[in-house]
Amino acid sequence: MALNSSSAADVVPTSPAFRLKGGLFPLTLLEIRRYSQPEFEQDLLSKVAEAPAFFQQTPVILSFEMAVAEAEQVPLAELVELCRSNGLRPVALRGGSKELKKQAETLQLALMPEGRVKVDAAVSPEGTAEPVAAKAAATDAAAGIDAAAGSGADRPADSAENGAGGGNKIITTPIRSGQQVYAAGGDLIVLAAVSTGAEVLADGNIHIYGALRGRALAGVRGDTSARIFCQSLEAELISIAGDFKLHEDFRGQWWKKPVQVSLTDDILAIEALSK
Amino acid sequence: MAKIIVVTSGKGGVGKTTTSAAISSGLALRGHKTVVIDFDIGLRNLDIIMNCERRVVYDFVNVINKEARLNQALIKDKRADNLYILPASQTRDKDALSKEGVEQVLEELAKDGFEYIICDSPAGIEHGAFMALYFADMAIVVANPEVSSVRDSDRILGILQSKSRRAEQGERVEEYLLITRYSPERVAKGEMLGVGDVEEILATKLLGVIPESESVLKASNQGIPVIHDQESNAGKAYSDAVSRLLGDNVEHRFVTIQNKGLLQRLFGRSA
Repeated sequence: MALNSSSAADVVPTSPAFRLKGGLFPLTLLEIRRYSQPEFEQDLLSKVAEAPAFFQQTPVILSFEMAVAEAEQVPLAELVELCRSNGLRPVALRGGSKELKKQAETLQLALMPEGRVKVDAAVSPEGTAEPVAAKAAATDAAAGIDAAAGSGADRPADSAENGAGGGNKIITTPIRSGQQVYAAGGDLIVLAAVSTGAEVLADGNIHIYGALRGRALAGVRGDTSARIFCQSLEAELISIAGDFKLHEDFRGQWWKKPVQVSLTDDILAIEALSK
Repeated sequence: MAKIIVVTSGKGGVGKTTTSAAISSGLALRGHKTVVIDFDIGLRNLDIIMNCERRVVYDFVNVINKEARLNQALIKDKRADNLYILPASQTRDKDALSKEGVEQVLEELAKDGFEYIICDSPAGIEHGAFMALYFADMAIVVANPEVSSVRDSDRILGILQSKSRRAEQGERVEEYLLITRYSPERVAKGEMLGVGDVEEILATKLLGVIPESESVLKASNQGIPVIHDQESNAGKAYSDAVSRLLGDNVEHRFVTIQNKGLLQRLFGRSA
């Protein structure tokens, strides 16, 4: 990897040209269950078509922890090339046979330590899959991507399940003016107030266990069944799947009341949470 | 271990420098070795409030640029033994502050045995304010009881908990709210937000409520931090705030309308 020379070095010659810092970055796991070139390509193409923006230079980790035994025989170079041509940037390998790891080294992929739960993928029960999905919660935009390698037919509820387990976000501290929080692929739960000038977004539902004073947008990727729940409605704007209401639209009856907001017959409906 | 406290607000003119001067003096008067740093490069004010403007030789930027040693720039306060002031540079701008430079100065101060390092932040949310809050362990957010000030405080609290060093390390900056220029009479008339309203909006621990007081302006002009004026309500309120900062449980005073006695009314000045 090329290192850019630090411009600071020109000014202060005594300081080193770089420094090492730790960082935590969301990474997407691409869990391969089985591999045959045409099937993989087909599934990948259909995934890309769903969210083209997501597949631009997106770094992914190729995970073989869920793979059936034969999948470990994959020609890794071919798989990596397929990913690259579709916008993904495989950066590392996780799991897999010795042979696979050797291939990864020649392809200059990093080797990641394996997760704690080694799942026998041939069985792949719903329960055991969850911890892995939870780890993939590191991906900020994980929505349904883990289905990329599978046909989806064997686990129909797959993306919904993982959407719920993977993308949920729980925030325990107040969300302040100027801050924006987005729960991609799941629900957003806030156990404090959302200030005026703050914005909360979720692909799924939004729950605010405090006053909602800022803007709340649920179902931002078009999920019309998403809802907003809050303890005290004082919002600037509420929106579900693009339909929105402004502060002056609910200033009267529902102001400072615990309510839920849903989209019923294309109309944003507000109703009391409790009597 | 030195505790770094930033006094910040987002908005200007709410009393950050007055508060920095009062709190640092209060801590020093109680025997804690304290330094107060003016981060308002280019708009130096702290030295005036602390009455040391004619004793400034070297400043914070000189130290960062290694043009002077730290103890050459530190000014010893004349009223409180344990208090030192690190003045801002008046001739430079805020870009003179680098993260590495500030960190080095703070580390050196900690090594010198300072218990409290008070960072007096400039207004705004730009570089200068960011430098002042980045290394903070604790923040005193100063707000006036009015809507725009409260919103700016909210914004700065958000920045503190997301952009500071502690936030980067996954920790929280301890946050306190200090309401200044409070007038219970005007709250009663509905002209001002009440303490409860501000507390509710900001959801932050209340460090103190400083009543609107003529003694604050007088103290600034005379260069005596108002906490030294223990006759004034503002001075007493700052003393209480320092006690709370040190962990004491002190009840809030001056938050309700006080009926003035006949003598006080005749002589005007509140005790």
